Amino acid sequence: MKKYNAFFAIPYFLWLVFFVLAPVILIVGYSFFDSNGNFTLQNYATYFASGKYLAMTFNSVLYAFLITLLTLVISYPTAYFLTKLKHRDLWLLLIILPTWINMLLKAYAFIGIFSLHGGINRFMTFFGLAPHQILFTDVGFMIVATYIQLPFMIMPIFTGLEELNPSLIKASRDLGANAFQTFAKVVFPLSLAGVKSGIQAVFIPSLSFFMLTRLIGGNRVITLGTAIEEHFLVTQDWGMGATIGVVLIVAMFIVMIITGEKKKGGRN
Amino acid sequence: MEKKHNFSWDKLYLAVVFVFLYVPIVYLLAYSFNKGDTMNSFTGFSMRHFAELFSDTRLIVILLETFMLAFLSALIATAVGTFGALSIYYVKKRQQRMALLSLNNILMVSPDVIIGASFLILFTTIGSLVGGIGLGFWTVLLSHVAFSIPIVVLMVLPKLQEMNESMVSAAYDLGANNFQVLKDIILPFLTPGIIAGYFMAFTYSLDDFAVTFFVTGNGFTTLAVEIYSRARRGVSLEINALSTLVFLFALVLVVGYYYISKDNKSKKKSERRQKGGVMR
Amino acid sequence: MKKLRALVIGIVLIIVVLIAGSKILSQSSGMSGAKVINIYNWGDYIDPELISEFEKKTGYKVNYETFDSNEAMLTKIKQGGTSYDLAVPSDYMIQKMKKAHLLKPLDKSKIKGLNNISSQFLNQPFDRNNRYSVPYFWGTLGVVYNDKYFKESDVDSWNKLWNKKFRGKIMFVDGAREFMGIGLASLGYSLNSKNDRELDQAYNKLKSLTGNAKAIVSDEIKMYMENEESSVAVTYSGEASEMLAENRHLHYVLPSEGTNLWFDNIVIPKTSKNTKGTYAFINFMLEPKNAAKNAEYIGYATPNEKARKYLPKDVIDDKQFYPSKSLMKKMEVYEDLGSRYIEKYNDLYLELKMYRH
Repeated sequence: MKKYNAFFAIPYFLWLVFFVLAPVILIVGYSFFDSNGNFTLQNYATYFASGKYLAMTFNSVLYAFLITLLTLVISYPTAYFLTKLKHRDLWLLLIILPTWINMLLKAYAFIGIFSLHGGINRFMTFFGLAPHQILFTDVGFMIVATYIQLPFMIMPIFTGLEELNPSLIKASRDLGANAFQTFAKVVFPLSLAGVKSGIQAVFIPSLSFFMLTRLIGGNRVITLGTAIEEHFLVTQDWGMGATIGVVLIVAMFIVMIITGEKKKGGRN
Repeated sequence: MEKKHNFSWDKLYLAVVFVFLYVPIVYLLAYSFNKGDTMNSFTGFSMRHFAELFSDTRLIVILLETFMLAFLSALIATAVGTFGALSIYYVKKRQQRMALLSLNNILMVSPDVIIGASFLILFTTIGSLVGGIGLGFWTVLLSHVAFSIPIVVLMVLPKLQEMNESMVSAAYDLGANNFQVLKDIILPFLTPGIIAGYFMAFTYSLDDFAVTFFVTGNGFTTLAVEIYSRARRGVSLEINALSTLVFLFALVLVVGYYYISKDNKSKKKSERRQKGGVMR
Repeated sequence: MKKLRALVIGIVLIIVVLIAGSKILSQSSGMSGAKVINIYNWGDYIDPELISEFEKKTGYKVNYETFDSNEAMLTKIKQGGTSYDLAVPSDYMIQKMKKAHLLKPLDKSKIKGLNNISSQFLNQPFDRNNRYSVPYFWGTLGVVYNDKYFKESDVDSWNKLWNKKFRGKIMFVDGAREFMGIGLASLGYSLNSKNDRELDQAYNKLKSLTGNAKAIVSDEIKMYMENEESSVAVTYSGEASEMLAENRHLHYVLPSEGTNLWFDNIVIPKTSKNTKGTYAFINFMLEPKNAAKNAEYIGYATPNEKARKYLPKDVIDDKQFYPSKSLMKKMEVYEDLGSRYIEKYNDLYLELKMYRH
């Protein structure tokens, strides 16, 4: 397999060099310059010394963690039940379909649904409950973020579960395991690779949300994404923005180490 | 007995998830038939936003180009990413493998603005060195391929890890060469992951605004850039009408594709079964 | 493998059909062989009919590209890659681009109709003698309120926004200059203050205003005010005029302390290649009839004095959108503050946004 692989992987490695390494070098480079183009460590000093950025980092990690957890909790059963359906590929496609509608439009739809005179509150007043402020709250933000990320979690878990050999489950049942034991000892461990992919695909991008924090969070939720956006586009202080970018890359490495393959290794 | 009972709960759960996923979509689509100009209240049924849309050739051209870009960039990204996943998988040392995978994921963690800005610098630097590279369709295509590759790798890799290595070595033992092993054993096994990767890449491409904004130029625009830059003046219901068309078209395509492929599959399966019987 | 191959073939077919489709459509709609002018503008910020009229009249083909913020546009123009012939930045950005040598001075001899523009919108501090820019639209920053909940006297001054009855009710437009500006104006300071003491004073005063904020958003304010999710908002006159058109309970007020006066002007970036086409377009947009048509489509106030006679009378007589000269005297245009103070404004603003947490 070796030689063959190397040939076909050339585009991939070219991509790594030009579109990953080059930009990373650029970002790291920028993080050592101030907005006047002088070399400085000030950006990192600012980041670690000001409570502002640390608080923001904490917020981002917390929100990303909660969003990932919520998506995982909803997605796992969804993916699991989907694999049992007759037309499962079709249903999976139908899960992806909503992602083809522009995110800004979906956010506007949620604004309409969540607003004081919107669908949910009308529903609640119908049952005699007072209208609630959902927009610009943490709950509202989490719901929409989860909504956006859901397909990205369901998909990998589904592909992980799909080819699960039915004979394994049958064997486990034949050996006297109950449904729960079968799930815990056979199904879940085998689906773990998909779950990890899902977590990586959801947690990491969730760290840098910025559109939703403004649209649904009304800027009451401030994350690192908001700060980067501001530094790159408003103050044009690319150095500070790049510094936060470097922090995000480091955070990603940590996530990778936590969710990565354990000592056993993917293959023997 | 117990099984049947379980089954209905499964379906109820799925139904709830689907309702959650489709409520905002239905909301958007419904308003494209609004007589009024905003999504604030439904004042009556009208098709006028569709009429507006059809007379706006600029928007339709953008729509077609956006989808062409998504189909094409996802195709290239899937090809590159699949072989990337293979080469990551075949790296012997665990540490190196992890390092490669982390590199792979960098573009997923970087906020779009940073990716967009650094790609812009990359392209204009190359452009000033080599010359003749103006921003436009090709730079956008390259960028979309670039930021879609990691998700493809992430979708394909779990499948690879599930793959039975003994199957591959058995094929070698039977005298198959590299190409045959890849074609007949590995790729068919990876197909669900590859398709998942393609769809994710497609989605990324359709949804991207920030990166495209930075690397585009010379008149090339995508739907997302157009929609976001219209936000200052308020997104008109013409865009809702456009979404309705896109959504219905995608729905027909998906369901149609599914039944066509289903038909072929079941035909082939029965054929194979017959042949198999004879051969055995 | 069969399944994959079939998929790939299918996808390639779709791509070919899409390419063909877009080629046919773009050929039927425009003259792709003609000379092109590249226009860089805010999304949906020109009447599309004017573009096709211009194309028909002059034979040029217009490439209309869009941006969603001044700063994003600056990055693109600075970095090159496309030779934009025209762009429409706002006031302070024009000053910044001028300083960065990104603009070509206007050749006044080639411009016809600059005298159609009312003199009060010419010769502004960000571009003296209009060496680089031609006014496109202008407006103010003010307060929109819903008369079901509040009356005009509740919001006719910035200082009144601190009133306890607005707790958790006001929507603010998302911008460091705008939010800090409210604090500065309420204290009687300049909106372009570069005085640290004044800025800190404004910051401390604004801390107590954050409790009255319902949310800090941008373009969505329009939607929220129209559907009465919110009853008070600080926003631009352009957006306000659109809200007022949708909901008759809404009104726009200019605070008595004075406020920001903004401009979006047409400029010619250094990268421009098609000089003739560029000036043809500027002259086309300066024609009173076209300016009026554009203003009617966009809903913003036009600086073109002679265009006013083509506009409905109730629009022109609206004192909130075409304010009196004495009120305009109190208004201030944003100036480019230089990187140090831009950062200062934004840092203070970010801290104010996080203040409640």
